[in-house]
Amino acid sequence: MRVLYPFIAVLALIVVAFLGGKVTGLQYLLGVVLPYLAFGVFIVGFVSRVLNWAKSPVPFRIPTTCGQEKSLPWIKPDRLDCPSNKLEVLGRMILEIFLFRSLFRNTKAEIHDGPKLVYGSSKYLWLFALLFHYSFLVIVLRHLRLFTAPIPFFVPLIEFADGMLQIGAPRLYLTDSIFLAAIAFLFLRRLISRLVRYISLPADYFPLILIFAIGVTGLLMRYVYRVDIAAVKQLTAGLAAFSPTLPAGIHSIFFVHVTLVCTLMVYFPFSKLMHMGGVFLSPTRNMSNNNRAVRHINPWNDPAIKPHSYAAYEDEFREFMKDAGIPVEKE
Amino acid sequence: MYNKGTIIPGLIIFVGLMLFAVLWDGGGKVEAPKPEKPVGYKECVKPLQYMKESHMELLNVWRDEVLREGKREPIEVGGVMYEKSLQNGCMHCHTSKKKFCDTCHEYASVYPYCWDCHVAPQEDVALKEAR
Repeated sequence: MRVLYPFIAVLALIVVAFLGGKVTGLQYLLGVVLPYLAFGVFIVGFVSRVLNWAKSPVPFRIPTTCGQEKSLPWIKPDRLDCPSNKLEVLGRMILEIFLFRSLFRNTKAEIHDGPKLVYGSSKYLWLFALLFHYSFLVIVLRHLRLFTAPIPFFVPLIEFADGMLQIGAPRLYLTDSIFLAAIAFLFLRRLISRLVRYISLPADYFPLILIFAIGVTGLLMRYVYRVDIAAVKQLTAGLAAFSPTLPAGIHSIFFVHVTLVCTLMVYFPFSKLMHMGGVFLSPTRNMSNNNRAVRHINPWNDPAIKPHSYAAYEDEFREFMKDAGIPVEKE
Repeated sequence: MYNKGTIIPGLIIFVGLMLFAVLWDGGGKVEAPKPEKPVGYKECVKPLQYMKESHMELLNVWRDEVLREGKREPIEVGGVMYEKSLQNGCMHCHTSKKKFCDTCHEYASVYPYCWDCHVAPQEDVALKEAR
């Protein structure tokens, strides 16, 4: 059920958009109104989610430490796994954001005969997550050719490198195939591994299925149904220039692709996909572990409440403590 | 709000990147490409919509047939014989690469590798011959 419902939802979107894309009136709705609406929801939703996070106080240092803390001068600190200043935090964050260092530490647990519990390193999640995210980035950058005129210099360079193998016409992009393979892995991982399947929810399957469908419809447009790219650019470049025109003769599959992308944009701010912004705001990663060097005071502490040491406490309640038989330090 | 100094610039950068396409264009309207139609010819080897969308597939099939299978015989469409060749077939009617091929290709950032091997017709000469 947890896989089936997201699957049916995406399928329903595809059917509705495919049929809608055949009607001229609905084409305008799917190709012009929906993208503007979805983009607006995406930007406003994203920004307000981040602002909401920024309003939450993080009074104490809660970095996850995975190495030796900075201590006495002859003890070598682990600067990346237990950063003690801003520069080291910056290094940790850069590696986290660009290389997904946390996923690199992913482990697996297996029960062997005995019974014996065995832990081991598992790098597949890290590898395929990295492939997936970078392919997605390249694909998004390549799409700039449809929204800009003149086309930025780096877009043809990316296209050249991506289509380096010159397979078929139009050329097969490496990132397209890597993208689909990686997302298929991430999906199958949730289905096949019992442990991960147990904790997987519809909110985990839905984005995977949706993004896979986006990739597949994109490839269908390029290789199977073949849309008129010049007509498509008339529409998309018009969107970016805020003077949308809807040329006739665009195949329905294009509107399926656009509707799915719009669904992703609308879904984005309300879902786990917000890790795109959230990774920058993870207190367990972006704080330095300097608890021993610096005293951090909770900002909303009532200044009227003075510190009350144990010695003072005992002075205040000594008689009652003695009566109750509680041992005291000073008689 | 906490950490204003990083959150606000971060969000501005994010919105700026998301609006890259809008900011890059400067809001100007993009003109559709108008490839020059050949003089004296009304029809191509396939219908217009097919040629718009799938001409590259046809060229690939032709290349394979001619170069790898040796099937060089010309094809007949509507009583007109066409040579299965980019230089002598397509470019026989569409005399200018600049005014035909490149208009749409540059518009959509498509850089096919046809011209790595083929020689594009000389612009002036081809025009004179066509006249």
